[in-house]
Amino acid sequence: MRREIPLGITIFVGFLAIVSFFSPPLEALGEDFTLFFDIIAVFAFFLGGGNLVRIHANKLIKKKPDWIYSIVALLGFFVMLAAGLFKIGNPGDISTSVTAPGSLFAMLYYNLNLPLGSTMYALLAFYVASASYRAFRAKNREATVLLLAAFVILLGSTPFGTVLTSWIPDSFDFLEIPNLAVWIMSSPNLAGQRAILIGIGLGVVSMSLRLILGIERTYLGEDRG
Amino acid sequence: MDHLGLWLAGLLTLGIYSFLYRDNPWYKVSEAIFVGVSAGYWVVYEYWQNFVGKFWDQKGDQPWLWIGAALGLMMLMRLIPKIGWISRWPLSFIIGATSGLWLMLYLTTNCIAQVEATIFPLFGADFDASAIAIFSNFVLVAGTICGVVYFFFSKAHTGAFGATARVGIWTIMITFGAMFALTIMNRMSLLIGRTSFIFGEWLGLLR
Repeated sequence: MRREIPLGITIFVGFLAIVSFFSPPLEALGEDFTLFFDIIAVFAFFLGGGNLVRIHANKLIKKKPDWIYSIVALLGFFVMLAAGLFKIGNPGDISTSVTAPGSLFAMLYYNLNLPLGSTMYALLAFYVASASYRAFRAKNREATVLLLAAFVILLGSTPFGTVLTSWIPDSFDFLEIPNLAVWIMSSPNLAGQRAILIGIGLGVVSMSLRLILGIERTYLGEDRG
Repeated sequence: MDHLGLWLAGLLTLGIYSFLYRDNPWYKVSEAIFVGVSAGYWVVYEYWQNFVGKFWDQKGDQPWLWIGAALGLMMLMRLIPKIGWISRWPLSFIIGATSGLWLMLYLTTNCIAQVEATIFPLFGADFDASAIAIFSNFVLVAGTICGVVYFFFSKAHTGAFGATARVGIWTIMITFGAMFALTIMNRMSLLIGRTSFIFGEWLGLLR
């Protein structure tokens, strides 16, 4: 029963979601399901937060390598929780929004979370540069095509690209690098994007059917208890 | 307080960049702060936005929202190994509902909409398209068809089918090249943003 009931839920809910698409009285069902997802997601995030605390507390208690940084992570987590859930350091009374200007939560978000997050992504610029070095080696025909497309688009987005081909006469202006970049984006790139989107769509449809028909069951895991 | 926040942001930004030299305590502290603070942020966000906003405040008017809450509570059963199997119920609900909704969504927005967008007059509505426009239209349609053929794995890519798939690979390679170029530009613009924060907002060297 530990596998049959979940399987039954998947099949029933899956069919119901499909039927709701064709049946106007059940149309709102999709929105209700989305609401349920959001509510379930809250508990999933609590589970995630609890897991973070468990892992770092375990590291701390067992004095594993770099345990000192676990204190920092836990401190950051609990300070953010206290500031957000209990509205500690919030201006005004308890009814004031947690994100109100001047609140501790907003201060922590704008001065710690946001800059750290964007710097993490910005750091990838250096690794993208290193990846470019590897990708931009024309080892075969396919790699050469990739290289050329990326090169034209990169060059076409800079003033250097405009200057480089500004001597081309107006009647052949489609050969200017910025125009070539626009053409690549709107023709072959769009064709590739469409092919990928159609491929993804067909993949999702077939995977959804496998799940709803009960063929794919790996998400149920193994019975242990 | 603003001044302290600015200094914290500046020092932690440099802390993350210090990883470019090598893994070091400054980076590890910045990383640990990021992990803790962002986990806390998302828990708080989910609590106020979804739990309070979509469930607690609405449960009087929409009693069926209790089903969502009950499924959410079942998710927490994972913490108790003996009855951890109950957490499969909300998981099955999510899988089932997502499958059903996505099946229709992807079928309409990805498959049908993309095929529909590819079916259009190649020579213009009144046969008035320019030579370049006609060529571009052919590239778009042929590229899409060849790209889809490349994704057809249940037939060996040999002969005419293989040649078509080969053109499909080239089309997809152009797309990857374009995506790669756009990623580089996005990352660079973020890098410029952070650099401008360090030299402008924090150190006040840029006016």
